[in-house]
Amino acid sequence: MKTMAMRAVLAALLFAAAVGAVAQEDKIVLKDGPGKDKAMQCIACHSMDYIPMNSRFLNKAGWTAEVNKMIKVFGAPIPESDVAAIVAYLTQNYGAEPAK
Amino acid sequence: MKKYPSRVIGSESRRRLLAGVAGISTLAALGPGRALAAPLGGSGALGLAEIPDGTLAEQLMFALPGKVPLIKKSFRPPNFETPLQYFRTPITPNDAFFVRWHLAGIPELKPKDYALTVSGESVDHEIKFTLEQLKSDFKAVEITAVCQCSGNRRGLFQPHVAGVEWGVGAMGNAVWRGMRLRDLLAKAGLKGNALEVVLNGAEVPAIDKTPDFVKSLPLDVALDENTIVAYEMNGKSLPHWNGGPARLIVPGWTGTYWTKQFVSAKVVSKPEKNFWMSTAYRVPRDKYKMRHFSSQLYAPNEPITTMVVNALVTSIQSGQKIARGKPIPVKGIAWDGGAGIDRVEVSTDYGASWHKAKLGKDLGRFSFREFALELPTRENGALLVMARATSKSGETQTEQLLFNPAGYHHNVIQRIYVEVV
Repeated sequence: MKTMAMRAVLAALLFAAAVGAVAQEDKIVLKDGPGKDKAMQCIACHSMDYIPMNSRFLNKAGWTAEVNKMIKVFGAPIPESDVAAIVAYLTQNYGAEPAK
Repeated sequence: MKKYPSRVIGSESRRRLLAGVAGISTLAALGPGRALAAPLGGSGALGLAEIPDGTLAEQLMFALPGKVPLIKKSFRPPNFETPLQYFRTPITPNDAFFVRWHLAGIPELKPKDYALTVSGESVDHEIKFTLEQLKSDFKAVEITAVCQCSGNRRGLFQPHVAGVEWGVGAMGNAVWRGMRLRDLLAKAGLKGNALEVVLNGAEVPAIDKTPDFVKSLPLDVALDENTIVAYEMNGKSLPHWNGGPARLIVPGWTGTYWTKQFVSAKVVSKPEKNFWMSTAYRVPRDKYKMRHFSSQLYAPNEPITTMVVNALVTSIQSGQKIARGKPIPVKGIAWDGGAGIDRVEVSTDYGASWHKAKLGKDLGRFSFREFALELPTRENGALLVMARATSKSGETQTEQLLFNPAGYHHNVIQRIYVEVV
């Protein structure tokens, strides 16, 4: 159905169509902290607002499940060796508040 | 509007309302109330304060080309929610209609470049139609129907679950015009072994390894007279962000089946088991009042199918102050999975008694149905307003959240706290 050539055309068209939203996307700023550089790989497939949107309610196990889902189910091109650093960054900066 | 006697919460009730809420001692604390909402069933309170902190901090109003500013949840893929004010009419305007895409590759399909192919092992021959042919070669039909994301109100789940953290506006109601899918399938010639119709849109993932967003429908639903390939929405060409040039309309079913930029219908004899059917968009078996998708019951869970009955109050919001002596207009919309709305009732005594609201014009069993009721305000104090819809099949909204890990089917009775001053 969708040939590689069609995909290439679509990708080009997509960029033209979504240029306004893409410019806005550049304004998303994630918190600074160790592992942020690794976490920024997520931008290959989706805007980074997905991360703060899903905060702060996931604990380390929750973020681990999300990162693994992105890699194993959605095929995110992220090396296995980066998972621990990404999970640590997400848990530290966007993880559930400790129980009071 | 219909009127009935109500009462403002008295001191005893007020203590109940506030019981267990640490740190709140006066009614002045009645803000757009997270604290107040929590002890009274949490997820039922539809104030934005129920949504995760991070979502509230990150979301903003943003206008996509051709749209009014909507509540931005994510830029890529684009997920934008309709603000409450646009639900004060039964038909949702095209430029305010919510936007929801799964994959980041959304082509700008021109009408002349659009074509819909019917293929698969269970048709006699593959056929392909241009948009012009869909319009000229088939009988045009119109239907008013609600399109609601399966995860509408996910952000109100307690505990929170991961995903697009929707508030109440991942839905809309429109008059869709197009042609029946069954007329198209008939031209391809259905074989006796046809089981499901596999639906694909033109949207593609950012990377090849991501599963393409492919859904399927049971054959009987694909052949239903109400299932249409729509090229118009509210009298205008179907907007790009809502799946133009043409999308599938499956009245009563959740939005996941309403394939946008609908380019392929494949009729198959075996259950479609890609990720989006076998893993995503599933709920615990037999937990919800919805029809079963019989060929997709091979796992402990089952696909989400039809919408559960629900209502949204649009005239008042939690935390609002209302002058004593003036009636409170309780207005809103109700909808369900296709039985139609039988009644909407309002309570101001924690559900001990319910009073029927007046229903608005019937725009069909798949449409939003308006409701309205006036509440008198005789004394100062906090007032808890609850609104509950019941369908013509007897289904009603839940008092407590029926949890599922993906955050679907939230139809907890809405609770709105107002303060009479």
